[in-house]
Amino acid sequence: MKAIEFRDVSFSYKKGGFAISHLNFSVEEGEFVAVLGHNGSGKSTLARLCNGLLTPKAGKIFVYGEEVTDKNLFDVRKKVGIAFQNPDNQAVASVVEDDVAFGAENVGLPREEIGRRIAFALGAVGMESYRTATIARLSGGQKQRVAIAGVLALKPNVMILDESTAMLDPRGRREIVDVVKKLNKEEGIAVVLITHFMDEALLADRAIVLNRGEIVMTGDPASIFERHEELLTYNLDLPRIGKICKQLQAGGMAVPDTLDPEELAEAIARCVSSRNG
Amino acid sequence: MRIVAERLNYTYNANSPFAVHALNNVSLTIEEGEFFGIIGHTGSGKSTFVQHLNGLLRLPESKKRKRRKSKKNAPHSTILKVGDFDLTDKKTDFRALRKAVGMVFQYPEYQLFAETVEEDVAFGLKNFSEKKLTKEETAQAVREALEEVGLDYNAVKDKSPFDLSGGQKRRAAIAGVIVTKPEVLVLDEPAAGLDPLGKKELMELLHKLHREWCKTVVIVSHDMDEIAENCTRAAVFSEGRAVECLPPRELFKKTDELLSLGLDVPLTAKIARALKERGIEIDCDFTVDGFVSAVLAKGGKP
Repeated sequence: MKAIEFRDVSFSYKKGGFAISHLNFSVEEGEFVAVLGHNGSGKSTLARLCNGLLTPKAGKIFVYGEEVTDKNLFDVRKKVGIAFQNPDNQAVASVVEDDVAFGAENVGLPREEIGRRIAFALGAVGMESYRTATIARLSGGQKQRVAIAGVLALKPNVMILDESTAMLDPRGRREIVDVVKKLNKEEGIAVVLITHFMDEALLADRAIVLNRGEIVMTGDPASIFERHEELLTYNLDLPRIGKICKQLQAGGMAVPDTLDPEELAEAIARCVSSRNG
Repeated sequence: MRIVAERLNYTYNANSPFAVHALNNVSLTIEEGEFFGIIGHTGSGKSTFVQHLNGLLRLPESKKRKRRKSKKNAPHSTILKVGDFDLTDKKTDFRALRKAVGMVFQYPEYQLFAETVEEDVAFGLKNFSEKKLTKEETAQAVREALEEVGLDYNAVKDKSPFDLSGGQKRRAAIAGVIVTKPEVLVLDEPAAGLDPLGKKELMELLHKLHREWCKTVVIVSHDMDEIAENCTRAAVFSEGRAVECLPPRELFKKTDELLSLGLDVPLTAKIARALKERGIEIDCDFTVDGFVSAVLAKGGKP
């Protein structure tokens, strides 16, 4: 079943240029998709189109087979949730549990159910013990996890993360990435991860590369990173380890293209010992 | 200007239940001409330290008074000097200090506020100048600053800063700081949130500024690869202490220590450690180029 499907979708902010043009794209139920692209390539526009925050100028968007229209917007948003970039401007309440409850309250769930949903959502992101904490006193990673919990409380089928790790430190990034992986594996929630960090894209089942509002590359992340020259033309780059592999190969060392530091070290060690032996 | 800090302490919300001891006896010297890195995870005291450098955070009054009264304790007292400015002295000209030490905060583009780029960049200049500048002088300084950061003065000066692209906004914001020609430029996570190409261009800009405009550059960063590639030395903060202060070549040999502090290490250091376990010592500066040539020297084509 396709969770999200774009059929020939175009969108523009201003007359003339297109932020997204003739895009065909789909996310399967339970799939983990990474979306890459340089600034201004249309990544965030794509995210906002997925749950009706923006309406396409042309083409159609389907969520679980149903076309997104003004009438079913609320149902769509129950199925497709978005977490944004900035940890400091997504909270609507001052206390963690109130903030997580906000979406669930808005869709009119009964009180007891909201309580259960808060417990579930905070448990899923590992923030149970912060239920009554003040959001302003949390770290960036914790704030982002609360924001994700707020989306989870609606039990969505698809989570979209629009550069949700961009403003976090490495520890916060790891927290979010771990939570997202777990939700995808254990809860079966489909994930659309929009990111600038090439190493995060490696976690996905499939990666797509956007350039000027069009999909220019698609495939499993490792195969995308094999097409180094092509990535460079879209102002993207290899994960750093990919660059090291390429440079070693260029210097005449027989190492494979790998994204795992241990594997690379093993290959280097083999080369060194064969030369010395 | 040489920056010297000795036994620096700072507590947020002192004498309240929310008191946080953010800096704990920090001693650190940054030489003139360095491209200095400050690393540490969130809450380690990096930003608190950096905000002392241009007097945004000051040493608490009470301590100073105590110090003055009991000169006997002088050896244990705090020293904080930026060039000739003594920041422990209340009479220091903080305005002149702030002109000499430019501070670029995280996501500086959020601080753009004026109607046009020209006004925005000129704001700091006007505030810090001793005398009233003529229109021409202001325009000239703004033009130089904008061109230094790679923006076309004529094309952007009358635009609203909010109509610029993300990368341009950040450049404009940096222009607004360097327009006073500070000798020291401090940047808190200058490349955060940019795409890979944007990051690369921004680091190139910082090196250009370091060569042509500001003698000393201090960056706060979470990105260890960025530190390894760019910095002359880096200080590691942890729980309010400066636990290390070394050039990348030596700092990243201490992989295990850094990992135990909850910090990352550059990818090159990770591979070097894995090689060490296999009995191969790689001696390099941990930049990608340095690492590759060191590895090739050991196992490339003879």
